[in-house]
Amino acid sequence: MKTTLHTKISLTLLLCALTLASGSAVFAGPPSGGKSSSTAAAVVHITDPDSMRVEGEQRFRANCGRCHNAPQKFPPRMMATILRHMRVRATITDEDQRLILFYMTQ
Amino acid sequence: MPYRYKNSASPRQQGIVLSVVALFFLLFAAPIAAPSQDSEKPVPILTGSIGTFSFVTGGQNLIDTQINPILLVPLGDRWLIESRAEFEGQFQRPLAGGPYQGPVTKHVDYAQIDYIASPFVTITAGRFLTPFGIFNERLYPVWIRFLQPDPLILPINTVDSDGLMLRGGFPVNAQASVNMNYAVYVSATSIGIGSVDSGRQVGGRMGFFFPGSRLEVGGSFQRTLQDARKNAFGFHMGWQSLKAPLSVRSEFAHSFEGSGYWVESAYRLSQAHFWQKEMRHTELVARAQQFFTGEISPDGAAALGLPSANTREADFGVNYFFRDGLKGIASYGRQFSSAGNANQWSFGLAYRFLVPLGRVGSQP
Repeated sequence: MKTTLHTKISLTLLLCALTLASGSAVFAGPPSGGKSSSTAAAVVHITDPDSMRVEGEQRFRANCGRCHNAPQKFPPRMMATILRHMRVRATITDEDQRLILFYMTQ
Repeated sequence: MPYRYKNSASPRQQGIVLSVVALFFLLFAAPIAAPSQDSEKPVPILTGSIGTFSFVTGGQNLIDTQINPILLVPLGDRWLIESRAEFEGQFQRPLAGGPYQGPVTKHVDYAQIDYIASPFVTITAGRFLTPFGIFNERLYPVWIRFLQPDPLILPINTVDSDGLMLRGGFPVNAQASVNMNYAVYVSATSIGIGSVDSGRQVGGRMGFFFPGSRLEVGGSFQRTLQDARKNAFGFHMGWQSLKAPLSVRSEFAHSFEGSGYWVESAYRLSQAHFWQKEMRHTELVARAQQFFTGEISPDGAAALGLPSANTREADFGVNYFFRDGLKGIASYGRQFSSAGNANQWSFGLAYRFLVPLGRVGSQP
């Protein structure tokens, strides 16, 4: 009985992991040439600077506003640290991190 | 013999091996961010908040002064070391009279190392804030919270965790109109509030964020792994209006220690047609909450920081933002409880600081 339970738990974990992993393969999309590999999780690959700025501002207001008022802009290297911290703390997506960083450092 | 050898592992062992292989595939199959350019290379930062408040509850004044420094040290392109400490002094005038006096406490809220393994998974190890609900992890800092008094249910399942956590956020559909975020953790030793109690627990939180409507909903779960093996669960939501400067947040929590909910909102007066300069910096806030006692004794509840009796409370306040990161607060609340009703006033200042610990680029 105990073995069966452990097997079920293991299979459930396996199923979850495979589902997420297959999801990663779907969302990763085709390779786009090395430098933009940070957008692997993104569904919409935005590379045009103007579009990135507009999209970055939208994502900044949507994501950062969930918890606090919009802060001022800081130098790029500080923003890079803050965004990495927010990625962990607020579980923002990889693409959100990239676009918000672009918007906040322009 | 080969047949017997292949099947010598128990189903449990096979399952564990398969899970580890799948987890490895999950963590490392997806591509990771490209190395940062030098101009965007993250620099270590010392940030945090400072607050000084006066809480007057039932006529008794408490002066609370706290400093919460946060150290952020990025390493390479995937690592982050982060830690937050809390130094807090709470001073009261004795009932018999005399000067203000009280304890000064210090505490490490979290000291963790994060590894961004893939766009979907970040691995965290060390002491971390327990991801139960959203207030403890995201809304706790004094410069962020709408109202300074803690929600009544905050102590439920928010003791710091020591262990391992997987977390992340990613879009779940092709239009990226829904983002899913999650955190799952196992904690081997947790230090209780004001004691040396230890415990083991597992838990997780999952949420869905709809950027188009700026709505987030989610739930949390936790199971203790010793003694009576109790379960606890909770729900949370957050919403920002697209048409007005209005934010609404809410949490519900249920555990053997007690249960309850809070709902709070903030409205920025930026649309006022008078005193526009001042009104833009002014925010009206309100919170309604209720707490129901659980299976623990009143003394046990008090030790955790929970009310010892069923309690209802309503709070109203105003925040004024002098500039980015600096705000003045004032609020009034009325608490209704079988242990006695009380008024609660609060006044104070909250400031967020941010200092680079290295050379930074030019300001954009």
